[in-house]
Amino acid sequence: MAATPQLQLRCCAASGCRSAGSAALQAALLAARDQLGGAAEAVTIKPVGCLRLCGRGPLVALDRRGGDGQEPSAGSTELYAELTPEQAPALLAAATGLGEAPTAQRLDPAHPFFALQKPVVLEGCGVVNPESIDDALAHGTYAQLRRVLLECTPEQVRDQVKRSGLRGRGGAGYPSGLKWDTVALQPPGPRYVVCNADEGDPGAFMDRSVLESDPHRLIEGMAIAAYAVGAEQGYVYVRAEYPLAIERLRLALRQARGKGLLGSGIAGSSFNLRLEVRVGAGAYVCGEETALLASIQGQRGTPRPRPPYPAQKGLWDAPTLINNVETLTSIPVILREGGDWYASIGTEGSKGTKVFALSGAVANTGLVEVPMGTTLRTVVQTIGGGVPGADGPDGGVKAVQTGGPSGGCIPAHLLDTPVDYESLKALGSMMGSGGLVVMGETTSMPEVARHFMRFSVNESCGKCVPCRAGTVQLAHLLDRFVERRATLADLERLEELCTMVGATSLCGLGQAAPNPVLSTLRYFRQEYQAACRDPDQCEPLDACVLQEVTR
Amino acid sequence: MSVHTLTVDGMEVAVPEGATLLDAVRAAGVELPTLCHLDGLSPVGACRLCLVEMETSGHLQPACATAAGEGMAVLTQTPQLQHYRRMAVELFFAEGNHVCAFCVANGNCELQDVAVAVGMDHSRFPYQYPNRRVDASHPRFAIDHHRCILCTRCVRVCDEIEGAHVWDVANRGGECSIIAGLDQPWGEVQACTSCGKCVDVCPTGAIFRKDDTTAEKEANRERPQLLRSAREQHQWQNQ
Amino acid sequence: MPPQAVERTTRLIRQQRGRSDALIEVLHQVQEIYGYLPPGALAQVARELKLPLSRVHGVASFYHLFRLEAPTAHRCAVCLGTACFVKGGGDLAERIEGRLGLRLDDPAGNGTWALEHVSCLGACGQAPVLVVDGQLEPRLPMDDPAALDARLDALGLTAAADPDPNGAS
Repeated sequence: MAATPQLQLRCCAASGCRSAGSAALQAALLAARDQLGGAAEAVTIKPVGCLRLCGRGPLVALDRRGGDGQEPSAGSTELYAELTPEQAPALLAAATGLGEAPTAQRLDPAHPFFALQKPVVLEGCGVVNPESIDDALAHGTYAQLRRVLLECTPEQVRDQVKRSGLRGRGGAGYPSGLKWDTVALQPPGPRYVVCNADEGDPGAFMDRSVLESDPHRLIEGMAIAAYAVGAEQGYVYVRAEYPLAIERLRLALRQARGKGLLGSGIAGSSFNLRLEVRVGAGAYVCGEETALLASIQGQRGTPRPRPPYPAQKGLWDAPTLINNVETLTSIPVILREGGDWYASIGTEGSKGTKVFALSGAVANTGLVEVPMGTTLRTVVQTIGGGVPGADGPDGGVKAVQTGGPSGGCIPAHLLDTPVDYESLKALGSMMGSGGLVVMGETTSMPEVARHFMRFSVNESCGKCVPCRAGTVQLAHLLDRFVERRATLADLERLEELCTMVGATSLCGLGQAAPNPVLSTLRYFRQEYQAACRDPDQCEPLDACVLQEVTR
Repeated sequence: MSVHTLTVDGMEVAVPEGATLLDAVRAAGVELPTLCHLDGLSPVGACRLCLVEMETSGHLQPACATAAGEGMAVLTQTPQLQHYRRMAVELFFAEGNHVCAFCVANGNCELQDVAVAVGMDHSRFPYQYPNRRVDASHPRFAIDHHRCILCTRCVRVCDEIEGAHVWDVANRGGECSIIAGLDQPWGEVQACTSCGKCVDVCPTGAIFRKDDTTAEKEANRERPQLLRSAREQHQWQNQ
Repeated sequence: MPPQAVERTTRLIRQQRGRSDALIEVLHQVQEIYGYLPPGALAQVARELKLPLSRVHGVASFYHLFRLEAPTAHRCAVCLGTACFVKGGGDLAERIEGRLGLRLDDPAGNGTWALEHVSCLGACGQAPVLVVDGQLEPRLPMDDPAALDARLDALGLTAAADPDPNGAS
């Protein structure tokens, strides 16, 4: 192995920074290094995954000491944002002590946005080169897979996962260990393992970041899961909207096969596993597990009634374990540090950390991993910096939307709610996959509700009538509120239909489609009332005035 | 053969293993409306009319697509379920163009029957008046998409019983429609054997014989079940 | 059907070992050949995968990324995900509709351009975003109309036939 470099520039090459010009920046850095020569030649320039603050890309991290394969300590790393290719020579010169760093671009690593994060799933994200298995191996990826195959029985692996208290990060929060047991304990026969990477909630980009930043860790997690449940074939179902993620995942799979970490007799054991990528084609409903299975089998992505659950009858009617990207990516760390370690993070009912994608009307947008139980206020105001240009106790925040089209809007006065499965559910929202969209004071809530309802209309598969026809009717009703021509009878009908669609739809998409309406009705009812045209029943509330301003 | 004992609206019934909750409900002598379900075809659980409440958990499950299990207790006629069923029928009527007065299936239409059964005489939701097609290209049959409720019985009978798979569902959400071949005129699809099973299973007047006019459609909705028992059990009841 | 395209289709189906569960993957690749999924190609896929025609059309029309009609020369997608919605994605779509003289989600567009919406590209940190001919365009300056106009001009999002100066309003 080559001598460990003293100076290293980590350039974010995930799609957020890419769209902001990171490729040109990295090329400029490489050219500047050649041009400067001398001390600059010793600077390693390495593409890495997400450096978190996506809203200010392209981002570059400068590590001043990277001795003995140790990660640089926080104090020795500098972070730069919004760099242009023209600034590349200056950055290199500054790194080698030959010039002034572009201070305007320098970020403070002690800022709460970075300091309050606890990287577990994102441990390697922004550290490893996502296109190099050698770099991944140097950072310890696949070590747990090898260890587990040599030292542990599948039962022991499942036991650690149960001890960790890990719950599914796709949204529903089903205990992962229990799911693994269910699959493993089915009658003998073939089994499958499936990674759900069909991240479709608007406002969610956690899984994309993991796939683009640290694909080998996901593959390791999947391989461990396959071993634990006795599967020899697996699929990663990725949405087609993520071309870079697909490219890197495919590359990582090829590399892993090349190193004997996938295929037959993995790492000298008798364990075999084939993993394939399946690319979606633009259907949100395929995030629902039975629809996803239909899509993997080349069919229309329509869900089917459960039970039987996929753990009993999944792909080709065989027991199938389906976990999402974040869940599976947590596995290697859980096995390395132990289930009890993981369970010591977070709250009683929600263990570990959660990755959020923070966006919307917030100063710092990007990827945030915090312990479960962190309050929304910490995430949105301390980490996120609140609404730009606004102040006041709630930092200009009107509501926080969690859980995408299946979730709800949590009003500013409830920002002290801890983020965990039960608390969010109690507020009429849900954890969802982890999108957090901040809404400022000018956002009209009936419009937000209509936005999500139109999404559900568009994405309904059309199989069951409450979702197919009910969401259309709900969207029409919401039009009346947005256009301020509703009546109180409409309000009644809206609530009645929301209840019916939620209770009777076949799958999670339809069952949760009314949530954005119900939660905004719960916390911002006056905005709906103000949109009713019966003059004697329209109270002159602030919301009326507010809506006039925002329209 | 093992038997499961369960209760339906408090009444005890015994059904053989492999039976569905719908079988159990029927064994108890309770009438449950169904539209997408048809004996002899695989269940899809799409119309949501046969939803029943699991007494212990309060969960709603489609009776047609849920296996009956030992000790289950289901409720079929709670006020809430009746309310939901009525709304589902309203949604069916509002999303298509259903005009009974001059429909070929008037008097022999399952949608009509269900509307009567749940007490729905008008929809409180605005009618969508969708712009749909009529395909009369087949020499003997026609399909009027205005009357289609997307139950997919035609798709299933053609695939599972006839083996021709002429029909499928295209598009999604409110845009869904039944298609023949590559969304071609029915008469041009060579796979069609003109067996007429889709006409027989269609619950409404969407698929009909061209000879029939208003209120003249007759449908033989037992056909899939009879054919299936002939094929699988070698028992011929379709003399 | 151009014979070369037909041959390529046969080849790629053979690469999938003719497995019917590879239908979606095959459709992706066929769409790369033709730019969309013409009926002749769908019929070939059905024949060689031994699937019913209606099943192939049912799958192709279910997924939004499959196109059943020939695309326009240029395509623009506006993200209407939640983050983009909060940052003015709806206004952006209206502005482009006005500029190009077309309707959102009309595949025919104005003959040269078509504008479609996408639900979320996962580029929420850069909201609001556009995709112009496959290239992601981040952070459209919705609060600075002059800068926005300049940016949209630079992307070529102006009506080719009728450069209506009021079109941008």
